[in-house]
Amino acid sequence: MKHLLKSREIWLFLALVAVVICTTFRSPAFGSLNNLLGIFNNSSMLIILALGQMVVIITRSIDLSMAANLALSGMCVALINAAYPEISVPVLVCIAMACGTILGAFNGLLIWKLGIPSIVVTLGTLTIYRGVIFLIAGGKWVNADQLSPAFIQGTRLDFLGLPLLSWCAIAITLAFFVMMTRTAPGRSIYAVGVNPTASVYAGIDLGKTVFTAFCISGLVSGLCGYLWVSRYVIGSVEVAKGYELSIIAACVIGGVSIAGGIGTVVGTVLGALFLGLVNSALPVINISPFWQMAISGAAIILAVVFNARSERRQGRIILKNTGSDP
Amino acid sequence: MTKVPLTTRQIPDRLTHPFQSALFSWQSLLLLVAVMIFIVNCFATPYFLSPWSLSDATFNFTEKALIALAMALVIISGEIDLSVAAIIAFASTMMGLALQFGVGTPGLVAVGILTGLICGAFNGVLVTGLGLPSIVVTIGTMSFFRGLSFIVLGDQAYKGYPTSFAFFGQGYVWWVISFEFVLFLIMAVLFYILLHRTNFGRWIFVIGNNPIAAEFSGVRVRRIKLVLFCLTGIMSGVAAVLLTSRLGSTRPSIAQGWELEVITMVVLGGVSILGGAGSIIGVVLAAFIMGLVTFGLGLLNVPGIVMSIVIGGLLIAVIALPILAKRLQQRNIK
Repeated sequence: MKHLLKSREIWLFLALVAVVICTTFRSPAFGSLNNLLGIFNNSSMLIILALGQMVVIITRSIDLSMAANLALSGMCVALINAAYPEISVPVLVCIAMACGTILGAFNGLLIWKLGIPSIVVTLGTLTIYRGVIFLIAGGKWVNADQLSPAFIQGTRLDFLGLPLLSWCAIAITLAFFVMMTRTAPGRSIYAVGVNPTASVYAGIDLGKTVFTAFCISGLVSGLCGYLWVSRYVIGSVEVAKGYELSIIAACVIGGVSIAGGIGTVVGTVLGALFLGLVNSALPVINISPFWQMAISGAAIILAVVFNARSERRQGRIILKNTGSDP
Repeated sequence: MTKVPLTTRQIPDRLTHPFQSALFSWQSLLLLVAVMIFIVNCFATPYFLSPWSLSDATFNFTEKALIALAMALVIISGEIDLSVAAIIAFASTMMGLALQFGVGTPGLVAVGILTGLICGAFNGVLVTGLGLPSIVVTIGTMSFFRGLSFIVLGDQAYKGYPTSFAFFGQGYVWWVISFEFVLFLIMAVLFYILLHRTNFGRWIFVIGNNPIAAEFSGVRVRRIKLVLFCLTGIMSGVAAVLLTSRLGSTRPSIAQGWELEVITMVVLGGVSILGGAGSIIGVVLAAFIMGLVTFGLGLLNVPGIVMSIVIGGLLIAVIALPILAKRLQQRNIK
């Protein structure tokens, strides 16, 4: 029980419940199951992307190119759908995921084979991928009337009372949970983040693990590329611009340590839900949407302070702290 | 983000001549690239080689380059500041707000720079006082500062800055030499002296290479990092004054995405993103390279988004090429 109370996920969950209850006092409709499911549906893509980013951050890297990857993969399938409407949606989803994985693997290869820091590589590919969207689309947008009805319906179809988009997020969350806690690759991702040197001695290939992490983040970015275009029915250069920071914010709020090695699937999902919930609660309590940015910024800063405090408590103090930051 | 280096260290059997090492240094490579781009530009478009268009070209990068000078010091010390563009937005908003209360030109400049300093100090206190990782802190303050601008301005804009205020971003000191450019050159010299000719500059390198050893050697690690964050804030404030004066208006979306361009400039200039190495000359050359590339492509009617491919590719290529070259060299030795 004591252990449970100390865990970050419980506190984050309580914070979520508190936000829901407070907002429901203001507007009773907010707490209804329908509205909450709607918020979950709206946060689905953030959840999926944050899980991909979590894997990368746990290996002590960072992927700033996820949103650009999403936009490029999305544009690819949008263009294919506009040109060949007869290609079925599952095939397009596979194409989007393949496209995303290739882009992620490109990041991973540069980091693995050349040893360039991930922040530099993904900073570069972030602008490159955005530029490539402009080139392949010739500067044009793909609009609703160019997309096939099946393509647009892909995220909206109802299955057991939930849209497919929500089921997507649930399935991916389960897959990540199993991978990170029950499989060897998932454990080696943690190992590389906690102690790279020790994991090399344990026989884990450092570079390959980081490469795998980037392939995973690329894969989910590609999947979200299709989901985004299908949901918002637009393919353009501007799709998901600046979203990379929301993704990182969700991870940080969810307790993923930017120094690597720490982070859970449940925490990350709650972090993404927290951002989604706050964003949809603001208009209800009559706060102008212009406050959104500052509030999510403040949430990130608070989360980092919280993270640092909980991380410091772990482990034994072998040498006395001299007050220096390590 | 740090990787464990598994390479063996090679000890040379003789020292290289200083002239030879200068010839193959990062700066000379950058200089070569800059000269090549200049020459290509001259041939590519007839409009490039005139004093006035070259003067226009400097406006493209001086504001970013001013921040890059301070950012270089922060990155050398092993930290990073992603909030610089948001500080510009917030400082510009504060200047606009001061304008509504009838503050004159000197007051506006003071408000801009002071806001930058406060924002920088806020970052610095979070990073050094609470010991938080700077990359996440500044991702947070990045949306916090810009968010404050959005709260103040919403979808509105501040306009009607006094004409005397326009000098900073639009004025010329002598013939085609703009005030912005002169300020950049002066600042570059000052930062060069600070980083390469003072104890303070040496300490920055020491901290970047090994903060714990620095602490044990009596270097005040936290205080120096705090100063560096304040310095970056001040330079962002200065850039905000210049940019607001040049545009003549303030919107919350001002300078969006600049943080990435500033960091690209710094890394292109040979500053190690892991800290501990870099030079101001490299950063200045990188600023010129980025300015010349974007201006030359602009004259050729290349859209801005395509330019970003070139900048992104340049960033990766310039870092990857020396690594590949070294690897080839080692293979030949074996």
